[in-house]
Amino acid sequence: MQIGVLALQGAFIEHIKMLTLLGVKTVEVRLPKELKGLDGLIIPGGESTTISKLAVNFDLMGPLNEFAAHNPVWGTCAGMIFMASEADLDQPLLGLMDIIVKRNAFGRQVDSFKANLTIPAIDDGDHRPFPAVFIRAPKLVAVNGKARVIAELLDGTAVAAQEGRWLATAFHPELTDDDRFHRYFLSLIGT
Amino acid sequence: MKEKENVKKLNEKEEIGSTRVKQGLAQMLKGGVIMDVVTPDQAVIAEEAGAVAVMALERVPADIRSYGGVARMSDPGMIREIIKSVSIPVMAKCRIGHFVEAQILEALGVDYVDESEVLTPADLKHHVNKHDFKVPFVCGCRNLGEALRRIGEGAAMIRTKGEAGTGDVVEAVMHARTVLGDIQRLKFMPEDELMSYAKEIGAPYEWVKETKKLGRLPVVNFAAGGIATPADAALMMQIGVDGVFVGSGIFKSKDPGPRAKAIVQATTHYNNPEILAKVSENLGEPMVGINVSDLSENEQLATRGW
Repeated sequence: MQIGVLALQGAFIEHIKMLTLLGVKTVEVRLPKELKGLDGLIIPGGESTTISKLAVNFDLMGPLNEFAAHNPVWGTCAGMIFMASEADLDQPLLGLMDIIVKRNAFGRQVDSFKANLTIPAIDDGDHRPFPAVFIRAPKLVAVNGKARVIAELLDGTAVAAQEGRWLATAFHPELTDDDRFHRYFLSLIGT
Repeated sequence: MKEKENVKKLNEKEEIGSTRVKQGLAQMLKGGVIMDVVTPDQAVIAEEAGAVAVMALERVPADIRSYGGVARMSDPGMIREIIKSVSIPVMAKCRIGHFVEAQILEALGVDYVDESEVLTPADLKHHVNKHDFKVPFVCGCRNLGEALRRIGEGAAMIRTKGEAGTGDVVEAVMHARTVLGDIQRLKFMPEDELMSYAKEIGAPYEWVKETKKLGRLPVVNFAAGGIATPADAALMMQIGVDGVFVGSGIFKSKDPGPRAKAIVQATTHYNNPEILAKVSENLGEPMVGINVSDLSENEQLATRGW
């Protein structure tokens, strides 16, 4: 198994470290040809405007969509925005998932936070809460069609979604020691 | 009922202003370019070019040099305008040791405070106690000791200083190589020499140990000061920094938009000379620049900071 991590900009090394600890081979993806032979792709956190502009400049939009048609893809934070079909600001989006996002939905950096979430989808059976780190994070304002909300804050704000083998989280599992989300993503491969 | 209370506790927002959350934003900026801007229009050009953040300033360092006088925090009104004009993070500079300027910047909602040697220092002995703030700080350094002193004071991100406002990359290279070289030596140093080494470089012992364990700085490390071309940015990335600040290099050049975009692309594809060649084509005149070797000692900004 070989997982790609989109390495145009952002916290791609954190995902690679997490996957390496899980014994998975990883590839940094900056150009379309690097998608070849991968079994899944993670789009990391970073600045969504930067990542999407670089994806357009280096002709990745088509190849990423094509790859996603046959493989699991997971976007964290900026990655979630990039996978959405609609955002509140005008920027290039992959439009993979039937979700609408709002950027910087919780305020500026001084409002960034952690919340312990109960997420049944990734539960190992011990009901441990998941430490979700939100950095200038987006939120889901609509989850339509086949997409489903898989995590929310106490006030009902949707912060993670799944649509088939595509995952989107507004928070950053790669900034924690908790590998359950990464393992959950790996479990979608080959299904 | 009791169960419901537990659920409530689970979901509460925690760690506002925590180290993890402060360092987390710097981690999201990695592999990116942070650009100095002096107007909302420039901020929009920077965002359009793919900057991961902008540094809101009244004057870029090259102009601070030529105007002379005391350089202070920028007008809050102007910082507010820049915050309103873009969706990417906005940073702003306070003077070394000027914790009230830092308080003002935090109140304005800037996403990162740069306690910067580019401004005239307000305290010749002490830096800001950055643990007191919810907003994260980035600080300059020239070597490992200086970097770890700033981290000890609470900096959540480090940048090597270089020599700002010159367009001469030589000091940026020297400072990055010094920090990375210091870490290489530390990696192979026996444990029983660490206390003496900490004393020698004036760094907190605990952070020296942590750096040895990690084999890198405990926080994100960008390069700054004198980066003016896509090749300069890629050079710093290949030397081993996590991203770059470009100050005067963009908006003091002939055609800022295309140059900004090219520097962003070069920072992503820093290891791909074919792409570097392509993005470096036809960018027009870079900033004129000053050779650092022509500066007298009191004209060098990098020596500020203690």
